[in-house]
Amino acid sequence: MNDVIIYAVVSLSAIGIAAAIILYFVAQKFKVVEDPRIDEVEDILPSANCGGCGYAGCRAFAENLVKQGTLEGFYCPVGGAEVMSEIADLLGLEVEVKEPQVAVIRCNGSRTNAPKKINYDGPATCAFAHNLYSGESGCPYGCLGLGDCVAACEFGAMYMDEKTGLPVVIEEKCVACGACVRACPRGIIELRNKGKKSRRIFVSCINEEKGGPAKKNCSVACIGCGKCEKVCEFDAITIKNNLAYIDYEKCKLCRKCVEVCPTNAIHEINFPPRKPRPAKVAEKPKEPVSTETKS
Amino acid sequence: MKTFKLGGVHPPENKFSSGAAIEKLPLPKRAFIPVTQHLGAPAALVVNRGDEVKTGQLIAKSSGFISANIHSPVTGKVFKVDNVMDVSGYKRKALIIDVAEDDWEEGIDTSDDIVREITLTKEQIIERMAEMGIVGLGGATFPTHVKMMVPKGKTAEYLIINGVECEPYLTSDHRLMLEKGEEILIGATILMKALGVEKAMVGIENNKPDAIEHLSKLAKEFKGITVHALKVKYPQGGEKQLIKALTGREVPSGKLPIETGCVVDNVGTAYAVYEAVQKNKPLIERVVTVTGHAAKQPSNFLARVGTPIAQLIEHAGGMPEDLGKVIGGGPMMGKALMNTEVPVVKGTSGILLMQKEESKRVAVKNCIRCSRCVGVCPMGLEPFLLAQLVEHQLWERTENEKVMDCIECGSCQYTCPSGRPLLDYIRLGKFKVGQIIRSRGKK
Repeated sequence: MNDVIIYAVVSLSAIGIAAAIILYFVAQKFKVVEDPRIDEVEDILPSANCGGCGYAGCRAFAENLVKQGTLEGFYCPVGGAEVMSEIADLLGLEVEVKEPQVAVIRCNGSRTNAPKKINYDGPATCAFAHNLYSGESGCPYGCLGLGDCVAACEFGAMYMDEKTGLPVVIEEKCVACGACVRACPRGIIELRNKGKKSRRIFVSCINEEKGGPAKKNCSVACIGCGKCEKVCEFDAITIKNNLAYIDYEKCKLCRKCVEVCPTNAIHEINFPPRKPRPAKVAEKPKEPVSTETKS
Repeated sequence: MKTFKLGGVHPPENKFSSGAAIEKLPLPKRAFIPVTQHLGAPAALVVNRGDEVKTGQLIAKSSGFISANIHSPVTGKVFKVDNVMDVSGYKRKALIIDVAEDDWEEGIDTSDDIVREITLTKEQIIERMAEMGIVGLGGATFPTHVKMMVPKGKTAEYLIINGVECEPYLTSDHRLMLEKGEEILIGATILMKALGVEKAMVGIENNKPDAIEHLSKLAKEFKGITVHALKVKYPQGGEKQLIKALTGREVPSGKLPIETGCVVDNVGTAYAVYEAVQKNKPLIERVVTVTGHAAKQPSNFLARVGTPIAQLIEHAGGMPEDLGKVIGGGPMMGKALMNTEVPVVKGTSGILLMQKEESKRVAVKNCIRCSRCVGVCPMGLEPFLLAQLVEHQLWERTENEKVMDCIECGSCQYTCPSGRPLLDYIRLGKFKVGQIIRSRGKK
């Protein structure tokens, strides 16, 4: 009885030792040399694996960054400047300062501004509806309101507003990873600089139709009249294909364009209320404009 | 009786308008002619705003290998070139003509006399088809002259004339076979000459016994043409299904029907070819069925291209009160229209008016894995799986599961007891995978 136990213990130990020796040499032979900095960089990254940087995940981002040895073209939108400067310190590199960005929804075709003309009863995804037809309001550029962007957001930074039928970005939660930009089949969402004190001015429309047809479907469409382009002192506004676009790099937030827009297509976000001015301004606001921010 | 083996369904036929003779529709006041009425590159306009055009005059020229000419369907003045809403609500470039009268271009034979003798050579016939803008009238609107050019190394053996009209409700092909039978067979003979084949088969489903009888009788006078009755089964009018039903041959996945030595053309196309080659008449009008449970007077119209669909509905008894949906095409493959101001184009086969109650979608429930969709798929695919892969955006697997083989017949969605939008998802998958394949080709 005792013999059996001794034999078993001895033979198992012998096998164990032999296996350990073999494994040791094999491990030496096939050792994978990996830059330890990859792990360190990965530790700094937020581990959101959102793909906002353009790589498959945080690990892939770290690998590529360390391999290339430069920070040019690498930016983690979730961690922002803080994380990037930390990585730069670790690797002894220079960091390029990038303005924090936020997703902006460039459509204000709410249920009141762009009333429904037809009923859509197909599958509730924008990707499908976009392939099928121009939308319930008839605007071939406007938001379809089926929420592909909300579904794509990993950070819970978006929701559909029941009343307007449009998506809303929660500014504090948005990390500008760009998942919603990629999810929107119409290219309505744009990443724009957050701006000073989170103040932004943008054209909330991407309709390239001429004024008449655009207005027919939506009362707040940009009609490409060019008034904003003329009033802008900083050359920040360009009109292309009947559509105004405000360059956020050049915009100085003077708000002159907002005042002249005849269709209220230009939105101002997070500005304090205007000082009451005589006569002219009083006739302006027809519709409450804020669909974008929640702060 | 012959039919294809794999899958298929049998929806209620509802061919209300099969007894209504083809009526000539009056000219519209204003014609809208899109420059994309065919598969392939949009045609390039050759007339400008303010120009006077005659019926049958070339107004847009084919602009690529796969493209087709477009001719003016009316006489009048070009009002403007503008973006006009198409069936899906998107704006497409179109020519708008203010109609004055109906003055045909010289050299076009508008009489009803049948011209039997074929004088043109093979090359001349193909050239004439291209010149007259003939496209497949079965629905896909593929330019016919391109189809006639058999690729090197392949030989055509059979011409198949598709008179199946398996789509429920529609009767335009049926009426055409009854009223223009001889012209269709002459057209088939012309197509045989262009292809260099000796044998042609006309496939007609058994629910049109009068058409089968009529064409069989006429076909005795034509060398090499035989008429075949087919068992009623949807989607027999699909190119691949019809080849299988008539010859027993199968088109390999991802390949063209010419692999089996067959070329398929619709009866409408055969008639258009007859008119183009024998009468010098371009493709500017076609037979359109206006039908449905809601339609007051189910009819078949010979309508000019560019006529607003509202006008067709008006002539079929007017817009019904209990209107749920207006479908362009048949109930299985057609598409709901956003607007009845869209014009008739070369590919418009029918307008279906549905009642409110029948046009509602059923509530979507969970998939119960009954595998009915797999059973009815005529291409041997697994629709439930494809729909799920698309829902989860797994494009690579979607491609591997042969999503591109889907002919979009809708049998799966029709048969699904849970009311799942299978075809809707598969269509999205085809679009996405198609994009991926094309981008791969560019690299």
